[in-house]
Amino acid sequence: MEEAAGGVTVVDGFPQVTGGGSAAHERGLRIDLASRLDQCDGGLGSVMADPTDALVELNDAFSPDALVIRVPAGVVVEHPVEVVHRITTRGTAAFPRVVVRVGEGAQVTVVERISSADVAALVVPVTEIDVARGARLAYVSVQELGPAVWQIASQVSHVGQEATFVSAAAGLGGDYARLRTDCRLTSRGASGELLAAYFGEGGQTLDFRTFQDHRAPDTTSNLLFKGAVGGHSRSVYTGLIKVRKEARGTNAFQTNRNIKLSDHAWAESVPNLEIENNEVSCSHASAVGPVDDEQRFYLESRGVPPQVAERLVVAGFFDDVISRIPVEGVGGPLRARIAAKLDRQEW
Amino acid sequence: MSSLVIEGLRAGVGGREIIRGIDLTVGSGEVHVVMGPNGSGKSTLSHVIMGRPGYDVLGGSITLDGADVLAMAPWQRAHAGLFLAMQYPTEVPGVSLEAMLTEALVGAGRVSAVGEVRARMLVEAERIGFDERFLQRPLNVDLSGGEKKRNETLQLGVLQPRIAILDEIDSGLDVDALRDVSRRVEAETNERGLGVLAITHYRRLLTELRPDVVHVLVRGRIVATGGPELADELERTGYAGFAGEDAIPQEPTREIGDPLSDPFADPLA
Repeated sequence: MEEAAGGVTVVDGFPQVTGGGSAAHERGLRIDLASRLDQCDGGLGSVMADPTDALVELNDAFSPDALVIRVPAGVVVEHPVEVVHRITTRGTAAFPRVVVRVGEGAQVTVVERISSADVAALVVPVTEIDVARGARLAYVSVQELGPAVWQIASQVSHVGQEATFVSAAAGLGGDYARLRTDCRLTSRGASGELLAAYFGEGGQTLDFRTFQDHRAPDTTSNLLFKGAVGGHSRSVYTGLIKVRKEARGTNAFQTNRNIKLSDHAWAESVPNLEIENNEVSCSHASAVGPVDDEQRFYLESRGVPPQVAERLVVAGFFDDVISRIPVEGVGGPLRARIAAKLDRQEW
Repeated sequence: MSSLVIEGLRAGVGGREIIRGIDLTVGSGEVHVVMGPNGSGKSTLSHVIMGRPGYDVLGGSITLDGADVLAMAPWQRAHAGLFLAMQYPTEVPGVSLEAMLTEALVGAGRVSAVGEVRARMLVEAERIGFDERFLQRPLNVDLSGGEKKRNETLQLGVLQPRIAILDEIDSGLDVDALRDVSRRVEAETNERGLGVLAITHYRRLLTELRPDVVHVLVRGRIVATGGPELADELERTGYAGFAGEDAIPQEPTREIGDPLSDPFADPLA
């Protein structure tokens, strides 16, 4: 990231916001602690009125404070807002909470990164996102936790009328790392694009759960999650597209593809559709398999050695999802991280 | 001088013998064409030479300048100087031509500078009429049939093999593209002494590629070998005239170029 509009560090779930509470450089952008806002300003729980599961309730109970990022109506924030979470304390249970509210017609990019020291810890982050009418939010989360950390994360978004939400997640670290993504398309013409790239190695378990919830007519959601598992690692993708009665004219797509890099790795993909209206266009596709033999043979027949061919094919497999990440400066390092993980594989 | 020597080759897929004893030698600067009807084993021959997974060699040998080709992995065969231009080049999402050729040439220790591969690619793209904007795009993805064949020929030019196997390089090509591809291969033959084993079932390739030797492959065996005049004879008699004791059963007419209509088509293609 060359330049940030604002940035906040959150240590073990505690936002490090000083002074007046705003670290924003750009006009209109506000970054505050929920505890310093009136409730009517829209802080904690403003999006997630009903917790999606017990772990979100735990976050409700134990989060020390929520970081609230607000962009007023009509404001276009040029540079990304960065939130950097860091888990530092052995044995800690951390409950970070972030709220992103994008006003009518406003535009902003938010990048959340989470990493840790090499400690055993539990982290339960919750991010609430509200994209108001005609607004646009590009949101990226990069998870690079240490090998002994358990993560159970939730991201819940409400996307309003003619609003656009583009979300990309990178799942790289953690011992057990779950990310639940709820995208609620609440008004006519709302659109959500959900992307993820993940790569398990060693004994990691990566668990993705997605819910494309079409609650209004003419809404669009497009999901592409791609992952690789090596070593003894595991990945699970479980996704539901729900089209409610009132969501006539929905377009909803869901694709999950996985490459198994070792015989001991395991990946599962469980797509689901629940459609209550007939005038919709929906599709889902999922696949789990080894590196494509034909692709590998093509490269080898030109003289590319097998391990290099495999590395090229797997890196290429991630190319479409990475190239769609809506923030500059994220794709390059992510490709490098994936390449490093590939170099560590035992083929 | 190089020579690819195939002796007594028998090979098949899934326990079914498709190549039933082939002897063939291709030397530097020579252009050989293997012609045969659908299901005669033409594509199987090209796949077995390059070591495509899924094919079983049941007997015989293939050597390149005395080295045992069958003992090599496909990438080693490429390093040894073999090249296969595929009938249906595989789409490889997210991998550019430049990335592949760089790894291929670096792996073989044949480039010293990174810019060298790109420079060679640009020269070859110009020679074969392959649009430069395709060089950074994912391999074969969204390319037309003709563009894929130009791409294969471009790679031949960059990799500079000793012996090239062209598996139906003429399928999916219009007349102009076929001419461009043939001229490029011919230049390699004349300038560098490239040996060519071209596989086809269309006579039009012969008028462009001007082979020295024509082989007729029927039911897994070479039943006739001769000069270009053999193709003229083939035109008059059809393959049935060459079948001899391996009489060919009457086959229904098939849509040309449609692999699905060919019951003997390579199941892995």
